[in-house]
Parts: sequence; C-alpha cells; structure tokens
Amino acid sequence: MVDSLSLKPEAAAPAHAPAVKRGRGRPQPPRGSLRSRREAWAAHLFLVPWFLGLFLITIGPIVASLYLSFTDYSLLDEAKWVGLDNYVTLFTEDPRFWTSLKVTTIYVVVSVPLQLGFALGLALLLDRGLRGLSFYRSIYYLPSLLGGSVAIAILWRKIFGADGLVNAVLAIFGIQGTSYVNNPDTALGTLILLHVWTFGAPMVIFLAGLRQIPGSYYEAASIDGAGTLQQFKSITLPLLTPIIFFNLVLEVIKSFQSFTQSFIVSNGTGGPTDSTLFYTLYLYTKGFKDYEMGYASALAWVLVIIIAGLTGVNFLASKYWVFYGDSK
Amino acid sequence: MATVSSRNPVLYRRRVSRGAKHLMLIGFGLVMLYPLLWMISSSLKPEELIFREPGLLPSKITFDNYTEGWTALAHPFSYYLWNSAVITALSVVGNLVACSLAAYSFARLNFPLKKLWFALMLGTIMLPFHVVIVPQYIVFSQLDMINTIWPLILPKFLAHDSFFIFLMVQFIRTLPRELDEAASIDGAGYWRTFFRVILPLCTPALATTAIFTFIWTWNDFFSQLLYLNNPDNFTVPVALRTFLDSSGESSWGPMFAMSIIALGPIFGFFLAGQKYLIRGMATTGLK
Repeated sequence: MVDSLSLKPEAAAPAHAPAVKRGRGRPQPPRGSLRSRREAWAAHLFLVPWFLGLFLITIGPIVASLYLSFTDYSLLDEAKWVGLDNYVTLFTEDPRFWTSLKVTTIYVVVSVPLQLGFALGLALLLDRGLRGLSFYRSIYYLPSLLGGSVAIAILWRKIFGADGLVNAVLAIFGIQGTSYVNNPDTALGTLILLHVWTFGAPMVIFLAGLRQIPGSYYEAASIDGAGTLQQFKSITLPLLTPIIFFNLVLEVIKSFQSFTQSFIVSNGTGGPTDSTLFYTLYLYTKGFKDYEMGYASALAWVLVIIIAGLTGVNFLASKYWVFYGDSK
Repeated sequence: MATVSSRNPVLYRRRVSRGAKHLMLIGFGLVMLYPLLWMISSSLKPEELIFREPGLLPSKITFDNYTEGWTALAHPFSYYLWNSAVITALSVVGNLVACSLAAYSFARLNFPLKKLWFALMLGTIMLPFHVVIVPQYIVFSQLDMINTIWPLILPKFLAHDSFFIFLMVQFIRTLPRELDEAASIDGAGYWRTFFRVILPLCTPALATTAIFTFIWTWNDFFSQLLYLNNPDNFTVPVALRTFLDSSGESSWGPMFAMSIIALGPIFGFFLAGQKYLIRGMATTGLK
C-alpha cells in the first residue's frame, strides 16, 4: 500500500535502509575491505557537487543567518551584535510583523483546505475509467503550472480590477462593482482564489492514489450491500488519508512561502493597507528594500520555526486520522 | 442507440448520468480556463474594447498590442526572452548533471554516514529558502556577482534542488540491481556503470527533472527580482513587472500580449511533456 510518504527524514531512513541492506541478495563487501573503500571513494566523488552545495549554499548560510539574526547589519557597515533585540522588536514593537503573520495565516488556513477539497472532489469524479480522463486531467492541471508566474498575477490584477472581467460580467446583470484588488476587505480573497485555482497538482497526486486502491475492495463491499456513499466512507477515504496528509503538509509549507502573487497584485507594497502583506513579502521589504539584513534574518528564523511547528503539528495530528493499513 | 437505451431503463439512466457528469466536467473546465482564454482574446482586441467585452470573441482583431508591447521597454521583448532562455537552459543542465550524480550515489553505492547524508538531503527539500537567502545574497554581492547569472545558476550545478535528487533516487531504486552487477562483471567501474547503464535507463526521470526545472526557472520571480537589478539583465518575469510598474493602470492590451508570450514556452513544454510531468508528480508523491 501507499504507506511511506518518505519526505520526512525520520520516516524515510528506516523505511529505506533495510531495502538498501537487503539489496536483493547482493553480498556486501566486508567493512574496510579494498572494495568497500573503493566504493565509498567513488560515492563521495559522485556527491562532490552536492556536498559543495550543502555546505556552501545551505548549511553555511543557515549558520550565517542565525548569527545575523542577532546583529544589526545593513550590507555596508560591519555587523553589530545586538543580542535578542531583533526578536524582541519583532514580537513587541512591530505591528507589520503581526499583520503579515495574520494575513499569511488566513491565506493558508482558507486556501489550502479549499484547494485540497476541489482537488479531491475532482479526482473522485475523474476516477474509474471515465472516458477522456487524460483530457480533463490536463485541463485542470494546467493552471497549477502557470499559477506562480508574474503573467498570471498580472492577469489576476486585471480580472479583479475596477474595470476588470468580474465587473464587466456583473455589469451585464446591472451590478456596479468596485475594484477588488484595491479594497482591503477583498484583496486577500482574490489571492486565495488564485491559490484555489491551482488545485490541479494535488489532484494529480490524488488520482494516482485512487488508482492504488484495489478494485476488489469495492467489489467485496458492493456484494456486502454497501452503497456508493458507504464505500466512499469506509474504503476510499481511509485508504486515501496518507495522500491527503502528504498534500496537506506540502501545500501548507508551499503556501506559507507564497510571494509572487502578493508582490504583483499589490505592486510590491502588500497593500491596500497591508491586507495582502504576505510574510515573505515583508521579509523581502525588510531585507532588500530597507537593507535591514539582521532583522530580515530574524524574520526568516521565525518563519522556519513556524513552518517546522506547523509540519510537526501536522505529523502529530496525523496519528489520529491518517490510516496506514496493517503495515504499521 | 436511443431505442436500446429506452428499452433498458438501467442502461439509459447510467448513460444520462454519465452525460451529465461530462457536461459538468466540461463546464467546470471552461470556468477554470476562462481567465486564460479571456487574456488571449483581450490581447487581440483594441485597448478600448478589452473591458467593454467580457466575451471571448473579439469583434475586431488587431495585432497592435503585440507590436506595441514588444518594443514598450528599454529593449525589445526578444532580449528578455533570450536572457530567460539562457538562465533556464543552464539551470536545466545543472540540475540534470548534479542531481543525477548525487542520486546514483545515494541509490546504489554504500559509504559511511550514508543515512545521515540522505536524511539531510531530504530535510533540505522542506527547508524554506528564505532562511538562506539573506546570507546567500551577502556572499554573492561580496563576490560581485549581483547582476550576473551566477547566483541563479550556480546553485543548480551544486544540486541545490534536492527534490530532484529524491525523484531520481526513487527512480533508480526501481531498476534491477542485476544490471549493475552485469556491468561490473563486464569490467565496468562505477563511472561507466552510471554513464552507460543507469543514466540511459533514467530517461523518464531526467525528462521529468528537465521539464520541472524549466517551468520553475522560467516562472521564478523572487530570485530574479533579487539578483537582477540592471535592465540589461532583466528576464521575462522582471521585465513584465517593470512593464506593470511603468504603465500603471494603462496599456493592458500590450501587457496581456507580452504575458501570453511569457506563458507560451510553459504551455509548449506542458503539451510536449505532460506524461513526464504527471508521472513525476505521482511517483514522488507516492513511491
């Protein structure tokens, strides 16, 4: 069954390690033998680019940004150690930080469940030998490839603008609309719609998951007299929970880091009145507009902790609703 | 046909419900694609008609928006397309080379601390890139690499997109080990085995990597906005943003026209590589 999500390191290592050791009966050279040393040497050579990347552009910068988050640094002067000042300011004296956190949280909490709901609903409609499946799948999948681009954000701004598509359609019914992107009450809503519009990617994953459920389960259930709804509740949904979970973790992480949409739709300001000030947009403004690199690093670390926390909560909560079959 | 169905009520009902389902799916698909279709049709309309006609069929077709948009910025739009193409092509090459090398090592070879490195590799997939962006920017600016393509392509040659390593590891694991053993008996070393045996069999995974890298790099805005400040280096997304900035609430026609040109290559790759895109999503999600 589809039980190993394999994206979480702790889960992945034990799941894969035995497979490597078993190696389909391949005899392992004894440790320290010439052959195993040659193999280790070759393995490291293959990994040279990755090792360089890991240390130079991942681990190094992580350590550096942790250090910078305790400093005042503007790229021109020397970094000045300020201790916890950045974090204290962030939490106690920076209303824009809280606004950006609130805006992003609303965005994630509303758009991700809606997006996954559409993804699951359409995957269920498309499953089971529907004619033209691949055609529909392509149509629904296309927006998730385009959704992150500047071009689509520009289009969105015009669809929901004062004289945009939505209002042109409303005008047919004699309704006079306003600009939805310039109204603080609706601006975030337009971005949420944009995210929901990209439900195709999780839908494709759901479809692949549905295909893994053996048809014999449904046959057995219908012999036992279970109706469509009963089958959905007792077979499809439980067996799909690992994939719902996978999509949930992935989309929460991804949407918490959204940037392009809010940047383009609000013209880089997060406006109107900070109603679309995404967290990453605020970080960008602080770091690369105001050149407060230390402060931006503190923001980045708070983001990491939030995302780690959300992912942790997701994993903890998964114990109560994700069904892993008999294998676990 | 109708007579058969009307004689058999169960069959008839099933056919009607299937027809309704298709109608619903097509209707929903149209709603989904309407914004895109509207943008295409708007790009062909004279400016003053764009917002008076919410329909898809332009009453008057003109290519003025395209010619006007093409030359609206400091350079002709082809200039930005070329810049984007160079960065995208190099990114694809970088990811293919660096990620496949790492993936072969993780999937097939044994070495000390392998589990630890593998776990670290998986961990970096989830890492928000904002946590490294500030120091990376500082380093690249001290190396005088701002306004060059290096900050954008160097990470690809260092296998920074570990998602693709994971994808290829998953793929290589499905290949029978007997192939490696046969190659080894024939006297092939690790390099030859990788290059002659594993790599050719990895074509589907390589294709998935290439297509995804292409689309993500082509669409990428954040790092291009960050590292490219000189109009001579602008790529398509940054150029579009400048266009939006400079023209404010006017010249939507030319802007739509250039947006469509910007989306064109993605659409092309989508049509050509659907199979790999969808298979790639499914395997990394489920395997």
